[in-house]
Amino acid sequence: MNFDPRFSGRKFASVGTRPIRPDGVDKVTGRARYGADFNMAGQLVGRVLRSPHAHAIIRKIDTSKAEKLSGVKAVITAKDLPDLTDGDAAMYDILDNCMARTKALYDGHAVAAVAAIDARTARQALKLIEVEYEILPHVTDVDEAMQHHAPLINDTIFTEGLQEKPAKPSNVTKRSQFGHGDVHQGFGQADFIVERSFKTEQTHQGYIEPHACVASVSSDGTADLWVCTQGHFVYRQHCAQLLGMEASKLRVTSSEIGGGFGGKTHVWAEPVALALSRKAGRPVKLVMTRDEVFRASGPTSATSIDVKIGARKDGTITAAEATLRYSAGPYAGSWAEIGAMTAFACYKLDNVKTVGYEVLVNRPKTAAYRAPSAPMAAFAVESAVDELAKELGMDPVDFRIKNAAQEGTRSSYGPVYGPIGIGPTLEAVKNHPHMKAPLRKNQGRGMACGFWFNFGGQTCTDLNIGMDGSVSLAVGTVDVGGSRASLSLVAAEELGIAYEHVKAIVADTSSLGYNDMTDGSRGTFSSSMATISAARNAIKILRERAAQMWDISVDDVVWEQGHAVAKGEKHGNLGKLSLKEIAAESGKTGGPIAGHSELVADGAGVSFATHICDIEVDPETGSTRVIRYTVVQDAGKAVHPTYVEGQYQGGAAQGIGWALNEEYIYGKDGRLQNAGFLDYRIPVCSDLPMIDTQILEIPNPNHPYGVRGVGETSIVPPLAAIANAVSNAAGVRMTHIPMSPPRILAAIEAERGE
Amino acid sequence: MVEVTLWGALGQLAGGKSKVEVEAKDIRELFRKLAEQYPGFEPWIDRGIAVAIDGTIYRDTWSKKLPEGAEIFLLPRLAGG
Repeated sequence: MNFDPRFSGRKFASVGTRPIRPDGVDKVTGRARYGADFNMAGQLVGRVLRSPHAHAIIRKIDTSKAEKLSGVKAVITAKDLPDLTDGDAAMYDILDNCMARTKALYDGHAVAAVAAIDARTARQALKLIEVEYEILPHVTDVDEAMQHHAPLINDTIFTEGLQEKPAKPSNVTKRSQFGHGDVHQGFGQADFIVERSFKTEQTHQGYIEPHACVASVSSDGTADLWVCTQGHFVYRQHCAQLLGMEASKLRVTSSEIGGGFGGKTHVWAEPVALALSRKAGRPVKLVMTRDEVFRASGPTSATSIDVKIGARKDGTITAAEATLRYSAGPYAGSWAEIGAMTAFACYKLDNVKTVGYEVLVNRPKTAAYRAPSAPMAAFAVESAVDELAKELGMDPVDFRIKNAAQEGTRSSYGPVYGPIGIGPTLEAVKNHPHMKAPLRKNQGRGMACGFWFNFGGQTCTDLNIGMDGSVSLAVGTVDVGGSRASLSLVAAEELGIAYEHVKAIVADTSSLGYNDMTDGSRGTFSSSMATISAARNAIKILRERAAQMWDISVDDVVWEQGHAVAKGEKHGNLGKLSLKEIAAESGKTGGPIAGHSELVADGAGVSFATHICDIEVDPETGSTRVIRYTVVQDAGKAVHPTYVEGQYQGGAAQGIGWALNEEYIYGKDGRLQNAGFLDYRIPVCSDLPMIDTQILEIPNPNHPYGVRGVGETSIVPPLAAIANAVSNAAGVRMTHIPMSPPRILAAIEAERGE
Repeated sequence: MVEVTLWGALGQLAGGKSKVEVEAKDIRELFRKLAEQYPGFEPWIDRGIAVAIDGTIYRDTWSKKLPEGAEIFLLPRLAGG
């Protein structure tokens, strides 16, 4: 990378201010175009037939009657999406998830699809497709799936990560282990030990916009795809591979996105839409219904976690251990592995051990959800930490401060930490007025910490300076939370011009080099690095052009606050040249002025947060009300503080829903019982208090401005903070998420001995 | 020569070792030599391994130098949301 990413400690003029976001007016007036807002002449409607069975062999699919229905232009099955994955197991799983091949692996698994002239005809056609299933026994619970007698979902899976390959296949795809020291010895030094088991139910990311796309395949084999995604370059790679196309022949344009949170990081319906369009010879729009979104896309893992933590009387933790079992849906994943890495990452531990098990179940393919896997691990660990503090007679914040990781601490997942923010977030919480506010009857307060890795990745950016001096910034990371505003601020900062003169867009896949998707809290971190690099490249050209205009050496020209300035005694009579003046002459000094950057943004810097929650529990009904909520998180440097606060608040809001209400409920028949927002209740505005935020800025040494990712960490502490609050309010330790009213009431009654 | 710490699953493939020594100047050479010494690593490297050098995690910068005496950890390449 020909770019120095080290933190420079500079003073900022634009970065850190709060201008209005460039996409705001379109979003509030309805002009913004989301996935389902694209339309083409001659467009067909795509619909997908889904398995009603949790686990079944597909014996036969007869599409002949559907094909004969007037208005039907194409019907496809797995035969129309042959396996072109060439041994790439992860891509094969994605392909099989898009369209079941030999077995339906969950209720909602796609088995066929149609394209017709309208939705009514498409729905009629689906009813005419005859599928012959051989129903198999199923398993949807993570603990049951690990039992030796559980129905086997994939008989080619032998547990990875063991010293010897097991003799028999099982639903456990992988065992992973992290830690250091000797936990047995550590527990021997403990005066107090807390040991508990916890469960969390499966939740959906709950993005308001369903998966939606328009696919148009031309007879010459080229294609266009307009789609709601977190990563249009990744979608292009996936679709091109699955359909046997050259990537350059497929142009993917990302729409505005009505939420993704990890659920739009790999393809679901897009290869199906392209295959339908290829067969029909016409554009096809495919929009999932909410029922389909729940049944067939995106949920996070359900988990079962055992935690054991020991401490001396002085409050020093001597050992910590956790066993984490995460459901992966019917395909292999690494979700428990991440949980095992993050579980104890907030703490300084001499003896720590975590073991993760990835477990197949007959549920939809698990997808990432905002700091994937970390919230469940934090729920279990932070609940046990709170309980241990109580047993020790210590304040829970002081107990955490005493044991918090710091610079130089060996992390529980291995490496030694650089500068980190867990200690400062805890100190900020200790001193926050929220911690001193009085509580009323039936109210409880809880707090908890959270950790997330963050990462960067491949990034490409173009910065073009118009002849009027205004700047177009083309980025390839989809804007999921205000990054176009943040990146415009960064371009303005580097060039020394006003924010209003920069217009950022998300370019399509044919207009810019490859970009990894917007995940891992990388959007602003990575693209700001590429934007700084592109702007500095443009400044080199601006200096050269100014040197030409003055007829002096470029070595005598520097860039200061948006102007070329001639340095040296002999140039003392030369005035400054503004960016606008240089741009106006660009046609006569060498043509357009632009800066380009392609880089790998690594060194994202880990992130920590601590949350406080006050909650009121009705002991008669078990219902809850969040009274007050505060988020304290390290941002490294908040480029646009309002959108950093928005990320903090959004993560907390989703965490509140996860902690208190949200849950996939399966019947004994393996079918999802609550595939809609009436029965799967996410929080609405009236459920939430104003979520207070406090941004800490501990600079990331690996970014020129000190930026760290901020998008994910805020969902890590809420489950635990709320569980600690409910436990304190109800007087009974809550160990099962969500803490819905029946579950709280049952816990209260059990405590009372009723 | 750098000392490289492996996480559990990789350690199993290296005959139960948690640390191995490799003569490598950067991440690219480290992966090449590890694949030569332990052929079982190759599919893992293809799938993606992150390298922590003195606490900073690198996922894609294979040109990153491995300073003598640096603490080097191999870690799974993670998904994000």
